[in-house]
Amino acid sequence: MHPAFSVVFLTTLIGAGQGLFLALYTGESYSVLNLLPPQNSLFYTIGSLVAFVLLVTGLLASFFHLGHPERAWRAAARWRTSWLSREVIVLPIVIGGVFVYGVLHHLGWELSLFGIQTNVRGDLTLVVGAFVALATFALFLCTGMIYACIKFIQEWHSSLTVINYLLLGTASGFVLATAFSTYGAPDLVNFYGVWAMIITVSALATRAASLIRNAHLKQRSSMRTAIGVRHSHISQRSMGAMGGSFNTREFFHGAPMWLFRSIKWVFLVLVFPVPLLLLYSGMSSHSPVLLYSAFVIQYIGLLAERWFFFAQANHPQNLYYQTIG
Amino acid sequence: MTQLALVIDLNVCVGCHACVTSCKEWNTSGEAGFMVDQNPYGEDPTGTFFNRVQTYEVGDYPHSETLHFPKSCLHCEDPPCVPVCPTGASYKREEDGIVLVDYDKCIGCKYCSWACPYGARELDEKQKVMKKCTLCVDRIYDMSLPESERKPACVRACPTSARLFGDVHDPESEVSIAIREEGGYQLQPEWGTQPANHYLPRRKMRITIHEDELERSDNPLKKETDRPEGPVQAPTLDDVTSW
Repeated sequence: MHPAFSVVFLTTLIGAGQGLFLALYTGESYSVLNLLPPQNSLFYTIGSLVAFVLLVTGLLASFFHLGHPERAWRAAARWRTSWLSREVIVLPIVIGGVFVYGVLHHLGWELSLFGIQTNVRGDLTLVVGAFVALATFALFLCTGMIYACIKFIQEWHSSLTVINYLLLGTASGFVLATAFSTYGAPDLVNFYGVWAMIITVSALATRAASLIRNAHLKQRSSMRTAIGVRHSHISQRSMGAMGGSFNTREFFHGAPMWLFRSIKWVFLVLVFPVPLLLLYSGMSSHSPVLLYSAFVIQYIGLLAERWFFFAQANHPQNLYYQTIG
Repeated sequence: MTQLALVIDLNVCVGCHACVTSCKEWNTSGEAGFMVDQNPYGEDPTGTFFNRVQTYEVGDYPHSETLHFPKSCLHCEDPPCVPVCPTGASYKREEDGIVLVDYDKCIGCKYCSWACPYGARELDEKQKVMKKCTLCVDRIYDMSLPESERKPACVRACPTSARLFGDVHDPESEVSIAIREEGGYQLQPEWGTQPANHYLPRRKMRITIHEDELERSDNPLKKETDRPEGPVQAPTLDDVTSW
C-alpha cells in the first residue's frame, strides 16, 4: 500500500494523545487509592490540553486524506458495518471527553458523585475520566480494526494489528507523560517512566511478533487465482494503461527496495531501544531534556513504523498491475 | 432475486480494447460527470476507466499463449467494498445486484478501494470521488432505446461477442447457460466475495478431420468428374451441400 502521510500522522498523533490521557488518568486513579501523591489541578489541566492538541491535530491531519473533506460529517452514517465510521464517531467523543476532563480539573469542581472518602476530594473527574478512558480504548480498537478487518490484506488481518496500535500509542503517551511530569509533578516521573518502559518493551514484543508473522505469510492469492488460469508460468505483458493509474499509485509504496528494508530497522531502533535508554538515563539524571528527546525520537520512529506498516501491506490487486504496457 | 452480470469469454477476446473505449465514451458523457483524463497527449497519460483490458502470457515461449483479460467491477454478491464505506455511498442494489457509488455522498476516503481485492475501483482525480463500473445502469433501463440496445456499452462494442450480459440468477439466461456449460469461473474465489461476473476459460480449438472429408467417399476414382448417372432414389450428400 502507498503510505498516506495524512493517515500516518493521524494514527501516530491520536495514539500519543490517547496514551497521554491514559497516563494522566492512571496517575489520578492511583492517587485516589493513596498509591501516589495527588497532583494539583494545573498538572491535569495542562496535560489534558496537550492530549487535546495532539488529538485535534490528528483529526485535522485526517482531513487531508479525504477527497471531499466538506462531506466528512457523512462518515458517521454507517457505524453498524464500518470500523472507519465507528472511528469517526469515537474520535470526537474522546476529544470532547479529554476537553471536559481538562476543564473540570481547571475549574476545580470537587463534586462528589458517590461520596467515597479518599484523600482526593470529589470524584467527578474520576467518573468522567473513566468514561473517557473507555472511549480511548474503543478508539484504539476502531483504529486497529480499520486495517485488521480487511481479510485479504493478510499483513493486517491479525489481532496483532489492534494490539500494536494500542501498545505503541500508549507507550508514546506514557513517554510523553514522563517528560511532562518533570515540570508539574516530579513525584510521578519514575512512575510514568517505569510504565513507559514496560509498555514499550511489550510493544516491542508484539510488533516483533507481527513482523515475524508477516515474514512467514503465505499469500493466498496468486496470479493463478487472480485470472483463473491454472498454469505455473504466467507473466503480465500489459496492464491496460501506459502511464499508470489509481491502481498503480495507491497500492504500491513506490520506494526503492533498500529504503523499504532499512525503514524497518530504523523504526525498530528509534521506537524501542533508544527511548528506553533515554528514559533510563533521563530518570536517573533527572534530565527533562533526555526525557523529552525520548518522546521526540520515539515519535519519529513511530512515523517510520506507521510508514512501514502501510508499505509492507501487500494488496492482492497488485497482481493485476505488474507490468506497464 | 436478479443479479445482473457480465460473462467474459477469454477464448474469444482478442484484446482490441473496443470495450474500454466504448465504456469510456458512454460513461464520460453521462449525467454523472466526465471521467478525467490527465496528460492525455503528454508524458504519463492517466485517467479514470471503469474497464481495462490486460494481457498475460501463459507458459514459456515458444510454448506460450497470449491471454487478453478484460477487468472491470465484478459486482460481487458479497461485496467487501460496501460494508466498509463509512457514508453509505457505496451500495449494492437490491433489485438487480449492481454495486454502485453515490458520487454525491462519497467523501473520497479510498477505504472501499482498499477493501476490493480486484482493484476494480478508481478514484477520479478531478472529482475526487470513487468510481467504478455501473453496468451502464443509465442505459440498460432506458426505455427510449430499442430493447436490443439496452445492454452495457462494452457488450455492444465487442466485435467478437466475447461479452455476455444477463441475470446470473436466472438458470435459463444466456449467461447462466454459458457459465454452466462452458466452465465459467470466478476470480479470486478464495475470499468468498462471490463475484457475479464470470469468465469462460480458454479452450483447445481442434477440428478432427476424417479421411472421407478430404477424399470424397462418393468419388472413388479420386478425381472430379460428372456425377455418374444412375438410379438414385435418395438425394446424396452432394445434392444438399454446396461443396
